Amino acid sequence: MNSVDEEFISQCLRKYYYEYFGIIDIPSKLNRHEFGYQKPNSPMIRHIQLQDAAELRSTLMQELPLDVFLSSARYLFPSLPMAEKEWQDADLIFDIDAKDLNLECRPSHTVQICATCGKVNNKGCACDSPQIKDVSVTCDRCINASKKEVKKLLDILYDDIGIKESQTEVYFSGNDGFHIHVHDLKFLNLNSLERSELVDYVMCNGILPERLGMKREGATSLPQLTDAGWPGRFARHMFGSKTARPKEIKKITADGYARFTDTLKRLSHTLGACIDSGVTTDVHRIFRMPGTINGKSGMTKMACPDIAKFNPYKDAVLINDNKVTVNALCPIPFKLMNKKFGPYNNKDVDIPSYAAMYLMCKGLAHRV
Amino acid sequence: MIKLGEAELAKYPFLADAGQHLPEYGFTLEQLAQDPDLAVVREKAFNRIYTTTQTGKIYKPSPKGSTALPLEVLSFILAIVLLKQSRANFLIKKFAMQEARGAERFLERDLGQGTTDIQIETTRKIIWDLAHIEISKRDRYFVIAVPDYLHRAVLFHAREWKLINRQVKDGWVYLNPHETVRLIRQELVNYISDKISSAATPPVVSGLQDMVDKLILLNSKFQPQIAYSDKNPPCVQHAIDTLSDGKNLSHAGRFMLATYLLSRGYNVKEIAPYFKNAPDYNESITLYQLNHLAGKSGNNTQYACQSCAKLKSANLCYATSECEGIHNPMQFGVKR
Ligand code: SF4
Ligand SMILES: [Zn+2]
Repeated sequence: MNSVDEEFISQCLRKYYYEYFGIIDIPSKLNRHEFGYQKPNSPMIRHIQLQDAAELRSTLMQELPLDVFLSSARYLFPSLPMAEKEWQDADLIFDIDAKDLNLECRPSHTVQICATCGKVNNKGCACDSPQIKDVSVTCDRCINASKKEVKKLLDILYDDIGIKESQTEVYFSGNDGFHIHVHDLKFLNLNSLERSELVDYVMCNGILPERLGMKREGATSLPQLTDAGWPGRFARHMFGSKTARPKEIKKITADGYARFTDTLKRLSHTLGACIDSGVTTDVHRIFRMPGTINGKSGMTKMACPDIAKFNPYKDAVLINDNKVTVNALCPIPFKLMNKKFGPYNNKDVDIPSYAAMYLMCKGLAHRV
Repeated sequence: MIKLGEAELAKYPFLADAGQHLPEYGFTLEQLAQDPDLAVVREKAFNRIYTTTQTGKIYKPSPKGSTALPLEVLSFILAIVLLKQSRANFLIKKFAMQEARGAERFLERDLGQGTTDIQIETTRKIIWDLAHIEISKRDRYFVIAVPDYLHRAVLFHAREWKLINRQVKDGWVYLNPHETVRLIRQELVNYISDKISSAATPPVVSGLQDMVDKLILLNSKFQPQIAYSDKNPPCVQHAIDTLSDGKNLSHAGRFMLATYLLSRGYNVKEIAPYFKNAPDYNESITLYQLNHLAGKSGNNTQYACQSCAKLKSANLCYATSECEGIHNPMQFGVKR
């Protein structure tokens, strides 16, 4: 990103934070959180303590950061070095990202960019040891698959773990996935180790065959379709219907313990929610602040109360639509605000600011 | 704190507030220590400590109704008094652990077999007092909230304790009575240890001194030598100096020196040379006497080191400021 690009982005951000400051989710104890931000081509600045919304507003308007972060944790002294902050508690956060889902569509909308020279898909890159960065553009399949994982996760959190819907907030991450924030007081003081047990639970990691009534000596009491929790989920998936159950049980019994263990491993993968475990267990991390711009896309990290109806490529596009001219190199077409853009083969195009910002954030366009 | 009935207190005597309880039963510590009618309490208190710390067995309270006295609670309270007065830290630790194991059995049984609502309610409240977790009954199971479960279960390493291998529904983890009690084992031990360490150390009353001396001796067997300062208590040092100067040491003085050194773990052969300079030294007689004190001959009981009070009255005490607060030379130099 060159200085002309930076100037353009700053303009967009100034307008954005002026108009949309109201949609930022400001926690009730803002001054207990660690605040941090990053401007283009600059190092991250963190360990900041903000007193109130007014200070947040003036910081955003003054600094015009591309990325804005807030700790999930509350501290006694948020601005001190990590070891001295004195951790109090932290929201429970789950991160679902399309890039972790091993989707077949992924390569078809991903380009490689050399981090040093910025050349796309190796064309004309003469760097000694190019640092290749994968950059993906919009894909409905990725979003739908992520939504499915969110649904799986929420079902487990609500039905098994007993977390209330009213204590849960689902956010579009602003790029490729979703963040689920849980504010339920009972869970805020869990430490990292305890959170990793929850991670294993929702991902269905480490389940023993015995939990499903399978013993080394043989199947004893395989679950019913109506059972609660994991046994029920497995039963519904393995047996399909109540009538098919006896036949399937016969087969499982004949196949034995070792085969069942393998099946279980495979199914755990399918049935468990695919989350980034590191995010949930890190109780000192700073997260993108809901309502702020995601610097990887120019879209907004925003709440989506009705995730089924949520269309991120429209609902989270809040940068203005003033036309600008950019030089774009994007070999794959993408869709924003229900409009198709690209492919662009290194040409100057007049496009709305939101699309220009999208491409610039991805390193696929420059201001001319 | 809930009001518990006699039967509950017999099983969980540590739930009684030791300090407040004695007067409630109409007893003073002096009575417990001296009243001939209460000898049974003293004996039980000592046995309670002896069984739990020396045999590795779990102490079993006697069936209720066998006596008009609240024997179990009183003996538990007195046991704590004895342990506090002897400052027997090793015994205290063992005692707390074993009492916890005993309570664990009762809790498990009360949860599993509790038939009346009152029984279950009482057990529920006991668990609340011990571990501050809310449990409730669902069919054959007891349920506890997911976060309460996680706080404790992450310390266990068996895969069965992973949350994924538990029945979890609506925020509750389902456990059988054994698992429920296992989950709070450490808290039970901590509760009893805290109870003992926070109990006041009552002034020494006569009548208990012999038991306290015996406990000090028992404790010293657990205590690694290293825990002592290498300085001898003044009374003992005085005796050693007297002998090494070739002066005569009274019979009582020799008895003190020998029992002290034996209690510190020295064997007879190591102790005998201390007496070599005595004007009337005779090796075989000395060895014979030492063996007797060490319990290696005759009645088989090792003689405990006497209390400071006894040594004072025998004019063997040479107390310095470092002796402040101790009741027995064995406690000299032990960090409080
Ligand atoms: S107070 Fe006890 S230890 Fe100290 S000199 Fe007197 S008898 Fe010995
Ligand atoms: Zn895709």
